[in-house]
Amino acid sequence: MTATTHRAVGTPLARLEGPKKVTGAAKYAAEYPQDDLAYAWIVQSPVARGRLDAVVVDPTDEAIVVLWHGNAPRLRDADDPELAVLQSAAISYRGQPVALVVADTPEGARRAAQTVRLEITAEEHDTVLRTDHPELYTPETVNPGFPSETAAGDVDRAWAAAPVRIDVEYATPALHNNPMEPHATIARWDGDELTLWDSNQHPSGVAATVSQVFGMRPDQTRVITEHVGGGFGSKGTARPNAVLAAMGARVTGRPVKLALPRQQMFTVVGHRTPTRQRIRLAATSDGALTAIDHQAFSQSSRLFEFAEQTAVATRHMYAAPNRRTGHRLLRLDMPTPRWMRAPGEAPGMFALECAMDELAAELGIDPIELRVRNEPEVEPETGTPFTSRHYVDCLRQGAERFGWSGRDPRPRQRREGDWWIGTGVAGATYPAMAQPSTARVRAFDDGGFEVAIGAADLGTGARTILTQIAADALGVPVERITIRIGDSSLPKASVAGGSSGSASWGWAVTGACRALRESGEREAVFDTTELIQKQEKEGRHAFGAHFAEVRVDAVTGEVRVSRLFGMYAAGRILNPRTARSQFLGGMIMGMGMALHEEGVLDPAMGEWVNHDLAEYHIPAHADVENIDAAWLDEQDDQLNPMGSKGVGEIGIVGSPAAIVNAVWHATGVRVRDLPVRLDKLLPHL
Amino acid sequence: MRLTVNGIEHDLDLDPRTTVLDALREHLDLTGAKKGCDHGQCGACTVLLDGRRVNSCLLLAVAHQDAEIRTVEGFEDHPVQRGFLEHDGFQCGYCTPGQICSAVGMLDEVERGWPSAATGGDPEGEDLLSDAEIRERMSGNLCRCGAYPNMVPAIREAAGR
Ligand code: FES
Ligand code: FES
Repeated sequence: MTATTHRAVGTPLARLEGPKKVTGAAKYAAEYPQDDLAYAWIVQSPVARGRLDAVVVDPTDEAIVVLWHGNAPRLRDADDPELAVLQSAAISYRGQPVALVVADTPEGARRAAQTVRLEITAEEHDTVLRTDHPELYTPETVNPGFPSETAAGDVDRAWAAAPVRIDVEYATPALHNNPMEPHATIARWDGDELTLWDSNQHPSGVAATVSQVFGMRPDQTRVITEHVGGGFGSKGTARPNAVLAAMGARVTGRPVKLALPRQQMFTVVGHRTPTRQRIRLAATSDGALTAIDHQAFSQSSRLFEFAEQTAVATRHMYAAPNRRTGHRLLRLDMPTPRWMRAPGEAPGMFALECAMDELAAELGIDPIELRVRNEPEVEPETGTPFTSRHYVDCLRQGAERFGWSGRDPRPRQRREGDWWIGTGVAGATYPAMAQPSTARVRAFDDGGFEVAIGAADLGTGARTILTQIAADALGVPVERITIRIGDSSLPKASVAGGSSGSASWGWAVTGACRALRESGEREAVFDTTELIQKQEKEGRHAFGAHFAEVRVDAVTGEVRVSRLFGMYAAGRILNPRTARSQFLGGMIMGMGMALHEEGVLDPAMGEWVNHDLAEYHIPAHADVENIDAAWLDEQDDQLNPMGSKGVGEIGIVGSPAAIVNAVWHATGVRVRDLPVRLDKLLPHL
Repeated sequence: MRLTVNGIEHDLDLDPRTTVLDALREHLDLTGAKKGCDHGQCGACTVLLDGRRVNSCLLLAVAHQDAEIRTVEGFEDHPVQRGFLEHDGFQCGYCTPGQICSAVGMLDEVERGWPSAATGGDPEGEDLLSDAEIRERMSGNLCRCGAYPNMVPAIREAAGR
C-alpha cells in the first residue's frame, strides 16, 4: 500500500445510494418480502388515564390473535418503560398502545383493530402544562445528564442595579418529528433468533434493547436498517413498534409487519415537549450583559422522566458575570416526549435569541453588535477554553453576504404594496460530540477494501462520508472502498443522533484504516471507547448565525420567508454537497417551527387533535423561496481525527428566532409563542 | 382481477379494500411508491395513472383494472431522475419516488398549458415553469428532509430550461 496525496474528504461526492433512491430500488424497513407474512395493527387507548379491564374481540372480525395485557407474553424490563407494551392494565395517556391485532392482511388487521371493544375504567386526567402547577418539580438532571440548575454571581443584585432590562416569557408548542417514512418493523423468528427489519437511527442499540426485553443475549437479535426515511430523533431508540412486531411474530409463529399509520406516530413514537420559558437579561447602557437568567418549563409522561435540556445552550452563549439557568418539569397524563432535532437547543435558543433581539431594540444597538459585545473568551460558566469558536465571524461574514449593513433598525418601516418587509438575525450553537464506536476494515486481493460499521444513514450522507474518510485514511481512491452499514451484526456503532454520527463513526473508521496500514494485516478492528472517555467534554460546539427576510401581508397576515441564510462554523466540512443539504433541511424545519408546526392539544380528551399531515403543517415546496447556507473553513484538531463538528441539527437552532425577529422588524409585533399564526398578527396590522 | 403496471399485466386475487398503493407494495413487490400517510396528505405514494399523477393510497385497486399505471420503477434514466441525482434533490429518499413521478406528471400538465395557483391572469403569456410555478405545482409532495431547494433546479433542468 502506498500513501497518495489523494483526498476524498472535503469533495462533493454524490450520495452512493442515490441511484437506488431515485429508481425505487432502495429498500426501507417495511419493504422486505416474507413468506407467510402477517400484518399487525396497534389499538390505542381512547382515554388519557384509567385502566383497561378487558378486551372483547368481535367474532366476525379477521384477527388471528388480539394481544393485550390479559394474554400478551411477559416481557423483561427495559430502561424505557414505553417498551413494556401490553404488560399492565394502567393507561398513562391517550393513544397508548393497549392491544395488538395480528391478521392475514393489512385490511383485515386494520378492520379488526376498529371492531375490538375495550372495557375501560376511565379516571380524571391532567394534560396541560402550566407554569403555576403545584406538581412542578426540579429534575435532578436534564438530558443527557446536565445539572438542572446552574448559577454564578448574584443575578438578583445585578438585575436590581441594571439600567436596561428585559423580562419576557416565550412559549413553544409540542412539535412532532414526522419523518416521511413512518416507523415500521418486520419481525421474524427463526428458533430463538430474531431478525428485525426496522426503521431506526441505531441498529446496534435497537438489537440490544429488544434482546433485553425478550430476555435474550444481545446477539440473538439482528436488526437490519439499510435505508431510513428520516428520523429527526424519533427513531433514536427502539420504539414500541419493534417490540410489538416481535411479540406478534412470536405468538403467531409467522413473520409480522407492523407499519405505523401516520396518525399513530403523533403519540406512539415521541415528540418535542412544549415549553414555557422566562428570560431575564440585564445590561449596561452600552450593551454589556450583567445578568442572564433563563428558566424553562417542560413536561413528561407518568411513565418516565424525560427532561428536555431547554436552557442548556444559554450556558455557553454569552458572557455575563451573573447568571442562572434552571428547569422545571411537570408529569402529565400525556405521551412521553423524546428527542427531536436539536432537543433543548431549538426551543431554548428560540427564546434566548428573541430576547437578545428585544434587548438590542431596547438599547438601540444593532442586534449583531450586541451579540459581538457579549462574546465570551472561554466557556462562560466553567472557564474551559473553546476548542474553536467562530461565532462572531459567522455573524459578521453572514451579515455581509446577506446584506445587513444599512438596515434601518426601526420596525414597521418598509412597505411594498400590501407587504410589510423586515429582516432578522439570530445565533445558533450545537455541541460537537463523539460517542464510542467500533469499525472493521478488511483488505482484499484485488486492491479493494471493505469497511464495516453498524451505523445508519437516515439521509445524512453517512454512507458516502464514511467512504470518503476511509479512502483518505487508506490512501486509496473511493472506488476501492465498499462500505457496509445498517446492520447490527456489524461492529457496534453509536446512534445517528446528536449530530455525532460522522464524528463518532469516522473516528472508528479512521482508526481501523490506520491500524490496517500500520499492521500490514488483512483485517483490523478499532474501538474508540477509551479515546473518547479520555476526552474533555466542555468547550466543544459548532456555531452559526441565521438571517431572515420576511414579508407580512398587511391585509391577510400571511408571512412569507423571502430569504433565509445560514452561516456556520462547524469544523471541517466532510462533504459540502451533503452538508449543505443538512444545513438547509435544518433551516427549513426551523421555518416550520417558526410559522407552521404546532401539536394542538384538546385538554378534554388529552389528545393532539391535528394528528395528521393535513392538519399538522410542515413546510411544503411553496413555502421555501430563497434559501442558502455557507460556512467558514474552520480548523479544529482537538475534536477527532477529521476535525468535524456535525451539521445535522444546528440549522434548526436559531433559524426560528431569526424569522420571528424579522416578523417584528417588518410589523412591530413581537410574537412570543410559536408558531407565528395569522391570528397573532392580524389584530396588530 | 388484473392490474397493469409499467406495461405488464398482473393477475391478482385482492381484497376489495386494497388500494393501488397496497397492491403495488404488498402484492407486486413494487415498493418504489411509498406510504407516508395513506390519506392523500403527503404525496409519497404518487404514481402516474394513464399519464396523470395521482395519490395511489386514495385509489381502490379494483376500480382501476383498465388503467395504465406507471411507477418509479417504470422509468429508466429519466431526465427528472438524473436531475435529482445531479442536484442532491433528496436526503432520506423516502419522498423521492413520489416527487419524481409527480414532477413527470407536472411537466406534462405544463406542456398542456394547465395553469396553477401561481399562474397570473393570462396563462398564455406566463412562464409556467418559473421557480415559483415549480414550487406551487410540486406542493402536494411533502419532503420532511427539506430537499425542496435542490429539487427546483433538478426539475427545471429536466424540462430543458
Ligand atoms: S401516502 Fe398517499 S398521499 Fe401520503
Ligand atoms: S428526502 Fe427525506 S423526505 Fe424528502
